[in-house]
Amino acid sequence: MSRKHLQSIHVSHYKHTAGCATEVMPVPDVVKISMSQHIGAPCKPLVKKGDYVKVGQLIGDVDAFVSAPIHSSVSGTVIALEEQRSAVGGNDTLVVIETDKKQEIYEGIKPPQVDDLAGFVKAIRDSGLVGLGGASFPTHIKFNPRNIDEVHTLIVNAAECEPFITSDHRLMLEDTEDLISGMQLAMKYIGLDEGFIGIEENKPDAIAHLDKALADKGITNIKTFKLQARYPKGAERVLVYEITGKTMNAGVLPADLGVILSNVTTFAKVGEYFRTGMPLVSKRMTVDGDAVAEPKNVIAPIGTMINDVIAFCGGYKQEPRKILMGGPMMGRAIFSDEMPIVKNNNAILAFSKEQSLVKEETACINCGRCHQACPFKLIPTALADAYERRDAQALSDLKVMQCMECGSCSYICPARRPLGFTNKLGKAVVKEAGIK
Amino acid sequence: MEKKTYSNLVVSSAPHIVSNIDTTRIMAMVVMALIPSFLVSIYVFGARVISLTLVCVVSAVFFEWAYNKLMKKRQTVGDLSAIVTGVLIAFNVPAGLPYWIAVVGCFVAIIVVKQLYGGIGKNPVNPAITARIVLFISFATEMTTWPLPRMAADATSTATPLGILAEGGGELPNNMEMFLGFIGGSMGEVSAIALLIGGIFLIWKKVISPIIPCCFIGTVFVFAAIYYGVTGDGNALQMAIFHVLAGGVMLGAFFMATDYVTSPLLPMGKVIFGIGCGLITMLIRLWGQYPEGVSFSILIMNCLTPLINNFCQKRMYGGAKKNEK
Repeated sequence: MSRKHLQSIHVSHYKHTAGCATEVMPVPDVVKISMSQHIGAPCKPLVKKGDYVKVGQLIGDVDAFVSAPIHSSVSGTVIALEEQRSAVGGNDTLVVIETDKKQEIYEGIKPPQVDDLAGFVKAIRDSGLVGLGGASFPTHIKFNPRNIDEVHTLIVNAAECEPFITSDHRLMLEDTEDLISGMQLAMKYIGLDEGFIGIEENKPDAIAHLDKALADKGITNIKTFKLQARYPKGAERVLVYEITGKTMNAGVLPADLGVILSNVTTFAKVGEYFRTGMPLVSKRMTVDGDAVAEPKNVIAPIGTMINDVIAFCGGYKQEPRKILMGGPMMGRAIFSDEMPIVKNNNAILAFSKEQSLVKEETACINCGRCHQACPFKLIPTALADAYERRDAQALSDLKVMQCMECGSCSYICPARRPLGFTNKLGKAVVKEAGIK
Repeated sequence: MEKKTYSNLVVSSAPHIVSNIDTTRIMAMVVMALIPSFLVSIYVFGARVISLTLVCVVSAVFFEWAYNKLMKKRQTVGDLSAIVTGVLIAFNVPAGLPYWIAVVGCFVAIIVVKQLYGGIGKNPVNPAITARIVLFISFATEMTTWPLPRMAADATSTATPLGILAEGGGELPNNMEMFLGFIGGSMGEVSAIALLIGGIFLIWKKVISPIIPCCFIGTVFVFAAIYYGVTGDGNALQMAIFHVLAGGVMLGAFFMATDYVTSPLLPMGKVIFGIGCGLITMLIRLWGQYPEGVSFSILIMNCLTPLINNFCQKRMYGGAKKNEK
């Protein structure tokens, strides 16, 4: 086991909701289910206006390799197919369903019968699972790497290094059985020898709880792995290094290093799917931020509007100026709270005016904090200079493509320079120049 | 509950939170770290230390403000860097220096060295060091008229320990006197202990890295020990300590050579920078025309910093050095 650590930074944890047991939100009047909730080809709606749908019914799918099907999270009537500008830019088709609040379960819902890898992978695809840590890469592809004979280790990402978010923490305490059975199923069918659950040490109760559950079941090939409570220990490439000691370059898949890695919620959903047969139709998320009246952890149907979720949390206690999907370090700022919850939402954070202002950028004083913060020892100041010159070769030589956009450099910069964002732009320059 | 929609939200790139350390706070910590030396200086040289420091700070801030105003640039007085420069200039001159000469020094530092090159972060060399050298060359008499520490008895001016060493004809102060600072010299450089306290505070607060001060002071110590060991001019250990405590080594190593803008970014570069400062300091002290070489050594290493930065390539995560393919 590696005892070496990559460079990291201390970011205040703000885990206000760690003690808040998850509350299940009542079904809202209307849900809008996006057809593009994963990396890859968007789904085509399989329903039309006027159709009656039930919970768990397939409503969107596409015949593409990188994709995941989408299911209805409610029972009710499709009242429209809407186009909406999505948070990532581009347009999104939304299936708008007026709910009847009966939550009738679709007839076909039953636990899958599986006896080999192919069946397991198909079941995972049918469940609509995507990477729930944030990247939303379809899970069935991750679980079926081309070098399936060479993978040996399962890593569960339960670091939850983003400030504010506690949904994975609550999941480990509340859905322990599903998590462990999900891991065991994945290890059994993919053929993995050992499994690690990487958890930051600021969640000692979750670590103790899982250790006890594993010991009670007599499971010895799954262990918890304590990570430093520093940012960004939950980044995929950092986590692989911390646990296995192997360096994972940009563009390399975990499977190339013998590792299957996914977020803790993903595995819990695998367990839940094999127990109940219910695909991914609801999501646990942390609702917090200084504009939210009652921060809490919520399970909401996918497609619930963000303002409905916040209304369930007591509404806004002051006017929100910035709302994030995800954590404050890597989360996405959205322009409106009239947006639906998607599969990978693990947090909704709403901030008041004073916490939303973008700090004014001042001159670099060459202090080197960005370089000391970078897990990959990149030199963000040099990268920013190269970007100013649009010097693709220099950007490439300085390894801009290694940047995972964790934002540590921007966070730490005393001059408030948006260094992480500049790296993102720098990557585009390199790609455009076609430098390999 | 009444539902209200907000659709004019702020959209910006991640991260959405930032650390509470900003440039102003860093500069404020440097000013705080200079306070012990300031207090000792007042004790040693009297009230003129206060007035001269005030003159330097006020004129440095004024020049910064006026330049930004005239050039219609964003006002940068708030980042406190001009205050740091002002205090450092005051610390680098004798307590008896005429006020107008100090103001000239601040003009050189803020306008010529800093603002003409583009302001904070853009100056190629350390403003305070350069101002000291300009004053030293232009006003040689005033800049080397060292007022007597209050502890000493009769006479109106004295020599610095390094001056005594270079000129001969006097008795060197003992190392304890030098450690405490009851000696002649520039206002802020006399007390090694006070500067050490400030320096350790900055290292503890992670404002500066210990690499440059350690390499700088270490090189001075080792160089002196070897020199006096070989030549037999005095007790090698005692003279090595003497050279570390004398002159501007402590002030330079902790507060001037560590200036972010004009020192190398990467650890290896900092090592080269620190050793270079120490070597040049000792070369000037032992063989040069001037008794003291700290400011020249830092200025020269400032000029070499871009080369050092290019020379020291960092091995990044994922292996290859920056120019390997």
